[in-house]
Amino acid sequence: MSAAPETRAWPAEGVTRVPYWVYQDEAIYSREQERIYRGAAWNFLGLEAELPNPGDFKTTFVGEMPVVAARDLQGTLRCFENRCAHRGALLCLKNRGNVKEIACVYHNWTYDLEGNLTGVAFRRGINGQGGMPEDARPEREAPRKLRVATFCGLMFATLSDATPPIERYIGPEVAAKIRRVMKGPVRVLGGYSQVLPSNWKLYFENVKDTYHASLLHLFFSTFRLNRLEQKGGVIVGGDGGSHVSFTMMKTDSGGDEYERAGMRSASGGYRLEAPQMLESVDEIGDGITLQILTVFPGFVLQQIMNCLAVRQVLPKGVNRTELVWTAFGYAGDDERMTELRMKQANLIGPAGYISLEDGAATGFVQRGAAGASERASFVEMGGRGVESNESRVTETSVRGLWQQYRKHMDL
Amino acid sequence: MDVELQLTVENLLARYVHALDDDRLEEWPDFFVEQGRYRITTAENFERKLPLPIIYADSRAMLRDRVSALRHANIYEAQRYRHAVSSTLVERLDAHTARAASNFQVVRIMRTGESVLFASGRYLDRIRIDGEHPQFEEKTVVLDSRGVDTLLAIPL
Repeated sequence: MSAAPETRAWPAEGVTRVPYWVYQDEAIYSREQERIYRGAAWNFLGLEAELPNPGDFKTTFVGEMPVVAARDLQGTLRCFENRCAHRGALLCLKNRGNVKEIACVYHNWTYDLEGNLTGVAFRRGINGQGGMPEDARPEREAPRKLRVATFCGLMFATLSDATPPIERYIGPEVAAKIRRVMKGPVRVLGGYSQVLPSNWKLYFENVKDTYHASLLHLFFSTFRLNRLEQKGGVIVGGDGGSHVSFTMMKTDSGGDEYERAGMRSASGGYRLEAPQMLESVDEIGDGITLQILTVFPGFVLQQIMNCLAVRQVLPKGVNRTELVWTAFGYAGDDERMTELRMKQANLIGPAGYISLEDGAATGFVQRGAAGASERASFVEMGGRGVESNESRVTETSVRGLWQQYRKHMDL
Repeated sequence: MDVELQLTVENLLARYVHALDDDRLEEWPDFFVEQGRYRITTAENFERKLPLPIIYADSRAMLRDRVSALRHANIYEAQRYRHAVSSTLVERLDAHTARAASNFQVVRIMRTGESVLFASGRYLDRIRIDGEHPQFEEKTVVLDSRGVDTLLAIPL
């Protein structure tokens, strides 16, 4: 289903209502590509630690646009469109590697690691025959270069000159919470992707939704990892699109709010036979055991005890999203620490004790609202604004997302 | 070829996948020795020698916790698997243990009627063969793809 975005009217209630057409409409999806991903937004590319050496590259996406992220031969991080100037073919066909230059396989046009076109095969023809006219300027169609910014070892890129400096874009309070996790050099421990049967915004809302965490994910509440009566808070930053929620685990008040409310997620009596995996170390030293942080439109940083990861949210069509997980530790980790992180990795990813439901839940909304494009979801938990809050029984950061989204999309 | 060993290992694998496909998950930990290791990873992580698992357990107790979480804690839409295991290569390491490598494919059948090829890959197993029944000392499930559709609840 599709309608011109100009004919769409956001509900009068504002950010407390999210019309379902926003997850379903092809024209909205196209406008997102132009105004968000190729507009004034910082798109997460990955960890700097993925490209430690000159010549290292990885291929990824800025929205649907394929890009190459590379460390050039001088050591500077670069990002450019993964598209040949000639016929538009993909330049790089590998997920990652190390090269001195890049050659398009189609007609062997070559590029340096800044994305400059450096060679056109048979440009002057062979033996005076063929070749391009003298005044041909194929360089004009060269892949677009993106501005790259790094913050605490995280790489972001934008096509727009209007995107504010990265730290201002994230907001100072949320940036401080990135700094605490990215406190030193990191080591990549691996990655995988999860293909979600839903619009990208449903997943991004899910990560920002602190209200669902202990209600959908029973593992959390039973083991008191994140019961809402624990100490913590939610901070909304940037234009609303950044957020961080955090919990201090050892401050559980021992209350029985969940039991009294008769909620499924407090069904008691459930014990682990091997709880050692949950014995975490306060390695950052501030008592925060769980922190989930997002930056619009598609970056997630996670600290779940000692399980650290970044997630990249990539749109793959109106109904499909790829979630790319990259787990990491610190460069100084010993074997025991890595082993603990790997045991706690059971909590995350497509089989994660506290994350496997998310892949399904976002799909339930996509399917549930299929016949209700003109209706809207109801987002008034914790009020109607986008303020930071000590309680996590709130949807303030979800409303923050819609505030920034509507600004980009002029909706 | 050691035909008896080959059949012993193939029979273990057959009983293992039937238990999973028949939803007899409570029997799953008993296919492992007490300190058995079970790990699901991707071919990409495996080849790059990166340790990140999708599921990881280093004891039967951790496997029982996984089953308990699936039965009592985790929420997922009703679904079943159908495993096909083939091309099992077996090698005896010593009097007590053997090593096996097999191919597998798993079809996932959702309550909605949708059947899809959910996973393909290799089982890399180390098997204790000197007991009454053969058991896995180590089972590494290497997924061919780096991507998993929606979620991976039931073990592979």
